[in-house]
Amino acid sequence: MNTVILKIASRYVRGLLIIFAVIALLRGHNFPGGGFIGGLLAGLSVAFKGYTFGIAYLKKHMSIMPEWFIISGLVMILFSAIPAFLNKTGFMTGEWYKITLPLAGELKLGTPLIFDFGIFLAIIGITIIFLFSLTEKE
Amino acid sequence: MSKILLLYLIFSVLIFFLPKKLAGYKAIVLMLLQVAVFIYFISLALNTPSGSTVIEEIPWIPGLGLNLVFVADGLSGAFALLITGIGALVFLFAHQYMKKYENTGGFYLQLNLFSGAMLGLVLSGNLVQMFIFWELTTVFSFFLIAFFHEKEESRKAAFQSLFVTGFGGLSLLTGIILLGTVTDSYAVNDWITHADEIRNSQLYLPGLVLIFLGVFTKSAQFPFHFWLPGAMQAPAPVSAYLHSATMVKAGVFLLIRLTPALGGTPEWTYIISLTGVLTMLTGAWFAVTKTDIKSILAYTTISALGILVLLTGINTMLSLKAALVFLFVHAFYKASLFMIAGLIEKKTGTREIENLGGLVRYMPLTFIFATLALFSMAGLPPMLGFLGKELIYEAKVQSPGIASLVLILGVTANILMVTVSLLFLYKVFLGKYKNRGAIPNEKGFLLLSGPAVLGMLSLIIGLFPEFFAKSVIEPALNIIRDEKIVVKLELWHGFNKVFFLSLVTVLSGAGLFLLIIKQEKVITFWRKINTRLFAVNFSDVFTNFLNNFIEFSKQGTKSIQHGYHRYYILTIVLFASALLTLQLMVTSEWKIQAPLSFRPFYISGVVIITALATIFSIISPTRILTIISMGVAGYGIALVYLYYSAPDLAITQILVETLTVVMFFLILQRLPRFAKLSPIRTKIRDAVVSLFFGGIMTMLALKAIKINFSNPVSDYFVENSLSKGYGRNIVNVILVDFRALDTLGEVTVLTVAAFGVFLLLRKKSEP
Repeated sequence: MNTVILKIASRYVRGLLIIFAVIALLRGHNFPGGGFIGGLLAGLSVAFKGYTFGIAYLKKHMSIMPEWFIISGLVMILFSAIPAFLNKTGFMTGEWYKITLPLAGELKLGTPLIFDFGIFLAIIGITIIFLFSLTEKE
Repeated sequence: MSKILLLYLIFSVLIFFLPKKLAGYKAIVLMLLQVAVFIYFISLALNTPSGSTVIEEIPWIPGLGLNLVFVADGLSGAFALLITGIGALVFLFAHQYMKKYENTGGFYLQLNLFSGAMLGLVLSGNLVQMFIFWELTTVFSFFLIAFFHEKEESRKAAFQSLFVTGFGGLSLLTGIILLGTVTDSYAVNDWITHADEIRNSQLYLPGLVLIFLGVFTKSAQFPFHFWLPGAMQAPAPVSAYLHSATMVKAGVFLLIRLTPALGGTPEWTYIISLTGVLTMLTGAWFAVTKTDIKSILAYTTISALGILVLLTGINTMLSLKAALVFLFVHAFYKASLFMIAGLIEKKTGTREIENLGGLVRYMPLTFIFATLALFSMAGLPPMLGFLGKELIYEAKVQSPGIASLVLILGVTANILMVTVSLLFLYKVFLGKYKNRGAIPNEKGFLLLSGPAVLGMLSLIIGLFPEFFAKSVIEPALNIIRDEKIVVKLELWHGFNKVFFLSLVTVLSGAGLFLLIIKQEKVITFWRKINTRLFAVNFSDVFTNFLNNFIEFSKQGTKSIQHGYHRYYILTIVLFASALLTLQLMVTSEWKIQAPLSFRPFYISGVVIITALATIFSIISPTRILTIISMGVAGYGIALVYLYYSAPDLAITQILVETLTVVMFFLILQRLPRFAKLSPIRTKIRDAVVSLFFGGIMTMLALKAIKINFSNPVSDYFVENSLSKGYGRNIVNVILVDFRALDTLGEVTVLTVAAFGVFLLLRKKSEP
């Protein structure tokens, strides 16, 4: 669809979607959200761009191929399992590390965050692949 | 000992990183490994008191009570010496023999890995572990037979051996598991201590038969013998190593190893003896009429394997002693003869004995070593083969129950062996040189080193057998009965029944040989008998069976995998409904007890709108309306989720719904014109099926509310979400922490689905 309004609006909407996606990812552990939802939001922003400019344009201007999202996501999930493996706790047991930052106070970082980020990336890739494949021109 | 096996792995990789000057000496490097391991086992034997056992145990799968057990006792030690000793000679031979071929790197890799696997097999003290090595030898045998994979016969032979021995391997595993359930252990030692328990259990006979299937396929016993002649497509070193000296003996090894645990029953004795006798006779009978050198050797190998199996079946101390001695006898002469066969083929370009002859003039040394080996095969003094044969006769004479039958057939087989040996010697080395190709020579002393060493060993041990008997055979026999056993081997036994039998054998064999060379008709007549009476070609029977089986599977697949998406979905839905109905019938009384409430009114409204949207999506006149109404239904469900305080679920539902609608709109223009094509009958069928499925799912949902687990898992999650998972959003903590593995599985499934969609919908023009 080649309308100026949509094109300009999509720029801001997409930015907002990405921001929401990251927020959903980060707050997921305590409030509704998480990697899956974040990934879908980010995927939606890509779909929106495709809707505005056409999938062919999008494919041409993709700097990262969707496969790489999936691969890096899965690799990240595997990485998140390494600390538990080294500590010889059960497979994929969450490991948490508390960091005290000067301003923000206590911050808890754990392997589940890495895991969730892996899910986030993988879901983005999967969404884009669905999108691209379904709209493949005969 | 586990480190030795590791060494084999390391060396297999190492040979590819040799410095350039050494790159042509891969086989020599691997030979040095074999020699080193050989020396290791000798030193192990010298440093431990005779008859004792060295055991190394490594925890493997503790949950199943499985440990990796490596046992070096008399039996496995003897086999290890055989494997590494002959292995060294074979690598030495291969270094020269394989020079003209390409891809020798891979060949040596496989040969070396085979050697390691074979060593692992004989050292295994745990039957599951042994099975793994057993299958590894099968796999490497497959690759090695298919060395000339550009030839169709090679591929066919390789597949045949893989199928036959692979099938046997699977039966073996089943048998091991069956009998393992009796003792609750897979360690050989546990089986031996619980021997009576196993023998008296109901599973004994089925387990035994399954294990025998494994043994008989591996050791090429009748009627599975046919893969071994086919395996002669492999290069000579492989035939010398795998298909005569080591791998085919694995079955015999297993029989001896399991004798203390399973042996001694009538079933054991009769099944094994009968198979052994039949194989022994079949092999010898067909060997006489073959004209291809390697074929002759293959059939005599089958015969020898039959003898070995028969001897383990007779199951007296004497017969087991004879088996162990004959094992070495056969390994020595057969490995040597296969190397000589390779040598002759290399130098003359043919393996047909009809085209050979008179080689003694050009290859005198080869002739000498071949004579040594063939004399051993014929069982003539003073070779080790003579000792072996005497022992076999002695064992047969004293075998309980079936002595007369075994003896008569055994003597017949040996007479044929004598004839074959003499025919081989005569047709290849004596007479006129018929091949008009190149003049053969004996250049390349490495090719002759193997036959030389093995021939001399046969001769020396035959003349002075005391040391061999004491240091190799005695400890090996120790594992069967835990007492000091004195083994005496002598060339001269005095004038007794056994000597008389030997005399008869040699004279009849020589007589038959003379008859055959004087009267060409004899062999033609013999062949005629074979084609008329024994017209069954087992190899063809097997191939036909396999082809029919494949055809059957194809037809079956075709009828199930018809390629119509709608019928696939129909099948899945119907099957799922049937299963669920069954389960609901079994477990539930059909009274719905859930209190159906319609308050608050707005949720009732949402549900009604959702239902209406669903109905509208079916009857809507255009596609856009269908998509929109499906979206409405989806959002309605999301609202219900939200009301029942599942915000994560609701968000996900909304996002997925949005994405679906967006994607639908993107491909809307590509779809063909909207039309209603289905006839009314199809529509009714679909309606019935979907209503039925929907009804079942509703029942299931209602039922699910009522199920009360005594201790719901969700309580655990609620309690520990914050304290252990450091998160207040329980759903998310479950997803990324408590049940992270499940999530990983789901993401993997999604990934596979994504690639599936990608592959299904990619451009048709790409191949």
